[in-house]
Amino acid sequence: MSKEKEPIFSAKNLKYLTGPFSANNPVIVQILGICSALAVTVQLKPAIVMALSVTAVTAFSNLVMSLLRNGVPSRIRIIVQLVVIAALVILVDQVLKAYVYDVSKQLSVYVGLIITNCIVMGRVEAFALGNKPWPAFLDGIGNGLGYGLILVVVAFFRELFGSGTLFGLRVVPESWYMAEGGFYANNGLMLFPPMALIIVGCIIWIHRSRNKDLQEK
Amino acid sequence: MSALRNYVDKLKPTFSAGGRLSFLASTFEAFETFLFVPNTTTTRGAHIRDCNDMKRTMIVVVTALIPAFLFGCYNTGLQVHLEGFTAFLYGLLRILPMLCVSYVVGLAIEFYFAQVRGHEVNEGFLVTGFLIPLIMPVSTPLWIVALATAFAVVFGKEVFGGTGMNVFNPALLARVFVFFAYTTQISGEQVWYSDWKMLGAQVDGVSGATALERLAVSGNDMGFSALDAFLGFIPGSFGETSTLAILIGAALLLYTGIASWRTMVSVFVGGLAMGYVFQWCGVTAYPAWWHLIIGGFAFGAVFMATDPVTSAQTNTGKYIVGLMTGALAVLIRVVNPAYPEGMMLAILFMNAAAPLVDYFVVEANIARRKKRVKTN
Repeated sequence: MSKEKEPIFSAKNLKYLTGPFSANNPVIVQILGICSALAVTVQLKPAIVMALSVTAVTAFSNLVMSLLRNGVPSRIRIIVQLVVIAALVILVDQVLKAYVYDVSKQLSVYVGLIITNCIVMGRVEAFALGNKPWPAFLDGIGNGLGYGLILVVVAFFRELFGSGTLFGLRVVPESWYMAEGGFYANNGLMLFPPMALIIVGCIIWIHRSRNKDLQEK
Repeated sequence: MSALRNYVDKLKPTFSAGGRLSFLASTFEAFETFLFVPNTTTTRGAHIRDCNDMKRTMIVVVTALIPAFLFGCYNTGLQVHLEGFTAFLYGLLRILPMLCVSYVVGLAIEFYFAQVRGHEVNEGFLVTGFLIPLIMPVSTPLWIVALATAFAVVFGKEVFGGTGMNVFNPALLARVFVFFAYTTQISGEQVWYSDWKMLGAQVDGVSGATALERLAVSGNDMGFSALDAFLGFIPGSFGETSTLAILIGAALLLYTGIASWRTMVSVFVGGLAMGYVFQWCGVTAYPAWWHLIIGGFAFGAVFMATDPVTSAQTNTGKYIVGLMTGALAVLIRVVNPAYPEGMMLAILFMNAAAPLVDYFVVEANIARRKKRVKTN
């Protein structure tokens, strides 16, 4: 071990953290975690809570699996990953129930379904099993936040145009609505999951037109 | 005429490659071919050449829509208790803003995408833009029309690569957008009547459900005589009420060979057959042929299901898709209480299924011909 010690926030390590924000985004580049992106983005608040929960789970499952990576036989690694992820999800679920009960009710089954979120297992399989704990932890946080970024953008548009509110606060004035004699109406399609898919599609469209190297030939 | 030709020729270098406004080449090309028959022919490969290019095809379809449009104008006035020419004038003035909005928004997006991609501007929107106001309730707010048109053109057409590449009928996509996004604007009792006070129209207190909605509620009474429903003196979307006017358009489309008679006939047959099935089973207590004269059935069958891009391409496929469209429309009308009108959803569903139908028709044909091959 003659190698010099790498600084904690070296350029390489920072790349694990920031890469998933844009060029390697789990949702719009790897197309993972779409189901929950459609399900919990009707309003901003649950979307943000969901983003933080997924970030916590990816970060710590990456960390734990990276620590265990040399001790787990590869034949049973999936079951070990499941145990770790499931334990973390239960922890997150309990924390949400204790501190933000109303949001936890709104998210209902989708907190439990973080276990099946492709991003979590995808990062464990693809990254944590072959890297040291610290980069794995950063990678988990980066991917969780990259996922959260898209969730927040989608939820922003869906809540604004679907309900006329942001964080539950009225943004579109009441007097604009047809019922009050105005001209405006909420877009009901925004409340349906298909519209979330179209918004994600638009984000991918804009993202790819700005990043030429992502475009398929 | 030659003065115009000279003027266009004079402008041409400015817009051609190297010219000052060359980035507007496709806009120029669109207007030039709109004014004059293009003097160019396909240079590569074997093609069947015909003077009936896309522009002329689309103009024939627009012409075929004129009877329904004119009758829609008259009926709009009639529904607010006007008579004769005043009724027609009222309807015309009422629909013009919607028509303008649909064309301006749609064409602006079409031109923009054509410029960016370096394509020629396509003529398909001349029909789509005309269809959109015809299938909306007359009281639809203009900003909703604009939004629906933009949605239909961008997500129905441009994301797939423009005219000819679209999976779904763009005009119907505009309507389905309004249907799901602004449900209260396209159902209920108020929306089918104009609310503009002019030319002495009595708009206060005028309301009433469409024949379809009344039929869905009562089970056996559409509230109008069958003759009125056939001629179109009933509330409904602007251009869809008169089956007679639509049939005149259908005759033109069939005479010129632009719409496929296979699709058109089989949609009517499919709807009628499904209607009889329900009638004989005792599910419905009204004659099956009522389905063909109320709501958007005839309009959809003649102008939407026959769309050459989104319908099936093979002849057998056209029969299958047509029959299923008609049958599905009646099925949705009768069985699903949330949707009194099923034509729109049926056509869009079969748009999605048409390539699959075509695939199996082609495969079946290959299999049939393979049997003739002697193997040993």
